[in-house]
Amino acid sequence: MSDIKKIKDDYLNRLNNDLNIESLNQIKTELFGKNGKISNYFKKLGSLPTDERKKFASDLNSIKNELQVKIDSKLQEIEIKEINSKLENEKVDVTLPEREFSRGKIHPVSQVIDEISSIFSEIGFSVEEGPDIENEHYNFTSLNTPDNHPARDMHDTFYLDNNKELLLRTHTSPVQVRTMLNGKPPFKIIAPGRTYRSDSDQTHSPMFHQVEGLHIDKDINMGHLKGCLNYFIKSFFEVDKIKMRFRPSHFPFTEPSAEVDIGYEIKDGKIVIGEGDKWLEILGCGMVHPNVLKNVKVNPDKYQGYAFGIGIDRLGMLKYGINDLRAFFETDYRWLNHFGFDPLDVPSNYRGLSR
Amino acid sequence: MKFTIGWLKEHLDTQKKDNELIEKLTDIGLEVESFENLSSGLDSFKVAKIINAEQHPNADRLRICDVDIGLDNTVKVVCGAQNAKKDLLTIYAGPGSIIPKNNMKLSVSKIRGVTSYGMLCSESELNLSNESEGITELPTGKYSNKIGKNFFKSNTEKSVDLSITPNRPDCLGVRGIARDLAAAGVGKLKKISLNNIKNNGSQKIKVSITKDKNQGCTVFGSCLIEGVTNKESPKWLKEKIISLGQKPISAIVDITNYVMLDLNRPLHAYDADKIDKEIIVRNSKKGETFEALDNKEYKLGDDMCVISDKSGVLGLGGIIGGTRSGTEINTKNILLESAYFIPRSIRKTSKLLNIDTDAKFRFERGIDPQSIELGLSKAAELISEICGGKISNFDIQQTDKHEKNKIKFNVSLFEKITGFKVNDNEIIKILIDLGFEVSKEKFELDLKIPTWRPDITQPIDIVEEIVRIKGYENIETLQPEKTKIKDTLNTQQKLFHFLQRSVASKGYFETVTWSFTDSKINKLFKENLKEIKIVNPISSDLDVLRNSIFTNLTFYLKKNLDRGFKDISLFEIGPIFKDSRPGEQSTVIGAIKSGKVSRLNWNEKDRIVDVFDVKKDVIQTLVEAGYDRQSFFVRDKSPSYYHPGKSGSVYLDKDEIHPVAYFGEIHPNILKKLDIKTEGLVGFEIYMDYLKENKIKLKDLKTNFEYSDYQKSERDFAFVVDKNFKAQDLIEIISSIDKNLIRSIKIFDIYEGENIPQDKKSIALNVTIQSSDKTLEESDLEKINKLIITTVETKSGAKIRS
Repeated sequence: MSDIKKIKDDYLNRLNNDLNIESLNQIKTELFGKNGKISNYFKKLGSLPTDERKKFASDLNSIKNELQVKIDSKLQEIEIKEINSKLENEKVDVTLPEREFSRGKIHPVSQVIDEISSIFSEIGFSVEEGPDIENEHYNFTSLNTPDNHPARDMHDTFYLDNNKELLLRTHTSPVQVRTMLNGKPPFKIIAPGRTYRSDSDQTHSPMFHQVEGLHIDKDINMGHLKGCLNYFIKSFFEVDKIKMRFRPSHFPFTEPSAEVDIGYEIKDGKIVIGEGDKWLEILGCGMVHPNVLKNVKVNPDKYQGYAFGIGIDRLGMLKYGINDLRAFFETDYRWLNHFGFDPLDVPSNYRGLSR
Repeated sequence: MKFTIGWLKEHLDTQKKDNELIEKLTDIGLEVESFENLSSGLDSFKVAKIINAEQHPNADRLRICDVDIGLDNTVKVVCGAQNAKKDLLTIYAGPGSIIPKNNMKLSVSKIRGVTSYGMLCSESELNLSNESEGITELPTGKYSNKIGKNFFKSNTEKSVDLSITPNRPDCLGVRGIARDLAAAGVGKLKKISLNNIKNNGSQKIKVSITKDKNQGCTVFGSCLIEGVTNKESPKWLKEKIISLGQKPISAIVDITNYVMLDLNRPLHAYDADKIDKEIIVRNSKKGETFEALDNKEYKLGDDMCVISDKSGVLGLGGIIGGTRSGTEINTKNILLESAYFIPRSIRKTSKLLNIDTDAKFRFERGIDPQSIELGLSKAAELISEICGGKISNFDIQQTDKHEKNKIKFNVSLFEKITGFKVNDNEIIKILIDLGFEVSKEKFELDLKIPTWRPDITQPIDIVEEIVRIKGYENIETLQPEKTKIKDTLNTQQKLFHFLQRSVASKGYFETVTWSFTDSKINKLFKENLKEIKIVNPISSDLDVLRNSIFTNLTFYLKKNLDRGFKDISLFEIGPIFKDSRPGEQSTVIGAIKSGKVSRLNWNEKDRIVDVFDVKKDVIQTLVEAGYDRQSFFVRDKSPSYYHPGKSGSVYLDKDEIHPVAYFGEIHPNILKKLDIKTEGLVGFEIYMDYLKENKIKLKDLKTNFEYSDYQKSERDFAFVVDKNFKAQDLIEIISSIDKNLIRSIKIFDIYEGENIPQDKKSIALNVTIQSSDKTLEESDLEKINKLIITTVETKSGAKIRS
């Protein structure tokens, strides 16, 4: 017994020293190898008297285990040490640039359309679309703007034929007509899209975007119109309060008609929407004219409601401080990069409209 | 529509301040475009008192004066006048003032080291007299309590410019504006005062309106004024004309213009001696010509409303007069015309001849047909006052009496439309003030519409009148209801938004370009689509609707390359046009990518963009949108603007007729023709119209979750096939051997060259085999292995590479 105790103590001592993997293997062989010291005691077990054997076997096993545990932990210690010393030579300069990634952008017009759709979705509107090419009937006549109506002069129209029958729509209002002709009231839609007028200067572009709104039901009055637009403008500009002014105006397809101004002020050279003593015209609206309803086979004695049209590009300019309308359509890479939005920034009700 | 406040007050009796009037105009729908002093700038000259005057330290002749200009602090002014002394009352001009004599604009400036804020003025500098010696000395008695006040009385007229909507011709005259304001409660409409004019004798020139079809004139009133002396207009009249930005011509012309602006009653004055016998209002005949007052010769078509005499056309009724019968400064006898022309006729003729005049603008919108006599009276009175002459009786020819239209108005409609109530008496008052004749029945009002309001034809028009006069601020703001009738977006719209963001997320910048383009560029991309010309393009290089998104994308790519960018990724999602009728358009995504990948990168080798970059983008986009990659089928056919050997088309399924996408390198010839210089240019297009709705909804797809935990094995193969044999076919052959066991196939090498015959290539693939119901044994694997080899060899003529 004392022999093996001594072996144990000797080896535990040796194992407490600094060892490399070779000397540890050497120790392992010396103890547990074919002719290892411990192995040899195990071989001798059979020759011991029975009464001693049991006790000795138990002692031997416990010593073996103790040594084995020590060797294992030593081995782990050595391996960790080795990894650590290896790592010291593996240092890279992490300040070097990462691998290339590319980041795309969503055009402000698309982003603003998504913002608008998200807001109107909240108050029950669905999105409709219509063709860019219209005929004069849908663009004008059915909207209570007959051929001899001077209001036609207010729209500088692009024509596709000499008879002025086919044209590029000058507003999104024909979508109202198409929607109502193809369905039954109630209607509660918005229709964003491209619109065209042959007009080009600093503030006009031959193509621009509008969103049309239409809500027709049995008892929709001007109070609903005011409420809807107030809700929209507040949500869109992400402000709690908004100064708004409804002014009487004239559009052939609505009556009574209004133009809507919002209050603003210039602070530090930047436009601040909602407060202030200056007015900015942002949209036209009104109660859908009974003649329009008749034209789309909706009974004006039973149904009534409002419509509005808003310039999308202009809304975007105001919200995001873009000065030049024409830059929207000039595809300047620098402009797109600056004013564009991350594709993951999807405007939504629960995540908010914008960051 | 321009007018001055003074002019307005000739019709409106009001105590309101200018600003209140201006605000009211906007509130009732007469939008104020501008409101300004006609001759501004004189407000900056103030009565001032010199509090102290001391010698300038650096100049003998200059003094530094502390000047009281009525503010809390005095200002320092350096002055060279010898009479600038303590307690003198004089005239001060602050920085920014413009000195009337020399139009010099003052600014804060240093004079010999001392800063001077403005100037003390001499009488000559203010054009008050020729006195230029010293500064103005104002008498103490009159001015000592006026320090800080404007020196010049603001007798300057303020002018208002309104933007009048096309439905309100009545407000193209000052009186109409005054009437609206009176109805809105800011004053009283004055009665028109006409000094009794004396009409003597009959109008000697015979007038007749012919009964032509679609005769454009229904009333023609006239009077003869004999023995006039045409001359320059008197000062008041000139000022009125000038105040509206027009040029005075002669008294007779100015008077007719004045009456038009005042009452919206256009008139025309003829030199009566130049009229050949009689006036005939008739339709023109094709080919007739006349020289108009704009000095242009017009060739008329059939059926235009003309005023003519025995010799021919004198003028186009309601549009423009002719030179032959125009008044001149030596005109002695005039025939004054006051008529009614039908808007439709005016519009048609002026459009055809492309003439735009003040008269046309007004007649086209609708002139009050009952203002014929009023116009004649007013103008005749002024002419006889200013130019003398004898006024004949009025001759009125008419084919239509233009009686007042009547409508019934149910008062409840007002609340139904506006959401608020106005009591009946107030409604009646508003309507009466606007010129309606009102009689009340039980629940209805019987209304006679004033003849100057051609826009009012039905009850809704009455609602508008009441609500605009009452004020839109009375409309309540009702909280929107959130009830939904329908989903916000339909499937196609959802897909649109998804694809848009999916493509952008792959590094492309979204752009929005015109729907029109340059026909020269369009030709390169139009394939067999029809060219759609714009009749009146904004410019000759935007003359057609685009047949492809690539037209504008390549154009703007070039612009960005020219800006020095090299690696550009752009896309647009929008319409392309197939024909010129509504609906003949498709929504397409077009994307292009130029230059290199990993340019100037320290740890990755750069390479030029290639067809597989865009193939990845297009396939990934479709997969993200929910389409099954396994059923995609790629063909090597593509439009001619792609590189013929490095492009292809994607079908959602092998059996589909239409590809949903094209991808590839752009044809080098296109780059050459467009002068695009880049290392590489690739692109893709996705045709949204052919993207079918996924049949299986996500909620159904997700519930079906199957997987296998049994061991999977991988086997590598290399087949030698014909060079033009397609990898896609090889994969299809293998995958169709056993869809249950063969889980995935990856091509990891393509080899041509040594050890491979010249017309062959080697495709190396890795096949993953896994069963859903057991662990495959070596024998099973060996079996499928052999099956793969024999099937591929028999079906494709390939040989397994040993």
